[in-house]
Amino acid sequence: MPVRAGLFVEGPPPALLAGHCRGCANHHFPRQPVCPYCSAETVDEVLLRGPGRLWVHTAVTAAPPGYEGEVPYGFGVVELPEGLRVVGRLTEAEPARLRPGQPMVLAVVPLHVDDEGREVLTYAFAPGDTEPRDR
Amino acid sequence: MRAVEVAGIGIHPFGRHGDRTVTDMGVTAVRGALAEAGVGRGGFQAAFCGTAYGGVATGHKVLGALGMTGMPIVDVEAGCASGSAALMLASSAIAAGQYDTVVVLGVEKMPKGIIRSSFFEPWQEEAGLAATPAYFALRAARLMATSGVTKDHLAAVVVKNRRQGVGNPDAMFRAEVTAEDVLGSRLVCEPLHLWMLCSPNEGAAAVVLRAAGSSGARPGAGAGPAPVRLAAAVLRSHLPGAVLSESTPLAGLVDDSVVPPTTLAARVAYEMAGVGPEDLHVVECQDTDAARELLSYEELGLCAPGAAADLLDSGATSLGGRLPVNPSGGLLSKGEPLGASALGQVVELVRQLRGEAGPRQVPGARVALSHTVGRGANAGVVVLTR
Repeated sequence: MPVRAGLFVEGPPPALLAGHCRGCANHHFPRQPVCPYCSAETVDEVLLRGPGRLWVHTAVTAAPPGYEGEVPYGFGVVELPEGLRVVGRLTEAEPARLRPGQPMVLAVVPLHVDDEGREVLTYAFAPGDTEPRDR
Repeated sequence: MRAVEVAGIGIHPFGRHGDRTVTDMGVTAVRGALAEAGVGRGGFQAAFCGTAYGGVATGHKVLGALGMTGMPIVDVEAGCASGSAALMLASSAIAAGQYDTVVVLGVEKMPKGIIRSSFFEPWQEEAGLAATPAYFALRAARLMATSGVTKDHLAAVVVKNRRQGVGNPDAMFRAEVTAEDVLGSRLVCEPLHLWMLCSPNEGAAAVVLRAAGSSGARPGAGAGPAPVRLAAAVLRSHLPGAVLSESTPLAGLVDDSVVPPTTLAARVAYEMAGVGPEDLHVVECQDTDAARELLSYEELGLCAPGAAADLLDSGATSLGGRLPVNPSGGLLSKGEPLGASALGQVVELVRQLRGEAGPRQVPGARVALSHTVGRGANAGVVVLTR
């Protein structure tokens, strides 16, 4: 089950549930009823599937508050062709094995198993070999 | 608008203080500030208290313990800039003529370890996205990718601030460190090592603000120290779109032109004070992590964009240089009690402007700037002059 409803679709292929504003033409994530950039209420839901390019990255080496999954894990920002920079987990936990600008594909990854035995899932980015389309 | 002065300052040292409560620490700081200002019970008309983790009615508990209530007491939360927010509210009220004398305090007793913040939704914690040091690390990595800043520069900021903190009796860490020590400490999030991050801790600081020229002092009180003018106290929040903003959004735009909140606040503060960055003699800035100090150089206009490493390398921002930054040792030496950190900076700068900073005195300092920025986003810039 997704860590929160309304963030992503599992697929395959997976996709982020984003908003696109008819007023300012910007995308945002997660989808909001009001555009966070221009305050217009003309937001449509769109699916963003990537691939994108890695913009900046690091790795988390100690579990942050409230996190029950494995460490270390990758953490970074990926630029999507729609003009959006998205913060997310990276499947690669060794920063030296990633370089800014490289193609990244969207993935859905397990976080942990909850009290009722269900696998909790979230979105993440994985190194890929598919070049993103130009903006 | 009336001019505003700092009539008195007080501080409880920053550190770990066992069973001492936020009330205990706040009482120490407020008593110190009132004593310097010659103000007693009934001598002030309002109080503003900055705190993020203090809980309900923190300011009331501190002033209640002193038997000084009845006036409006307002708790203010603005993350790392909570004290700047309290100063802004207090100074605006005095300038407008609402009050003549106001107590401003900041208090905090932080939990240990990575700061847990109610800012994040539970699912963000569960997904590992509430990793505050990782956001700092991404900001550091971008700074390194877009300027001449290297990991050696990050270590050099720590070495500088820890050296300066040796002379500050109110700091938590008062031992010098070497770059090798810093780079050899545990890697938290590449490129940030443990010693490049400040320690959340405990402490309190307070000031008494007063309309310039008003007496305010109780009969029989001495003249007290020469007043320092509060020339600007400005708070700003973030504009949308910057993915690595202190507002920690989950996404942003492919747009590097979004003006950061520190710059928004600094522009207004410089205009209010009638000074520019070239007029400053001493600065206390947000050094939550070593890269944050270097970013602050750029965002405050202390150097051109991309030139923070050069400014650090030149020695200008070290004690003895042209524009010492964080002579108190910064948060890297003092630790960071969120609500108290901005007022701790102001206490340091008032000492600098009075010539009372001892071994870390910046000779002849007459124009000083305090800067805090953090979650919200909130950025506070305060200009003090004499």
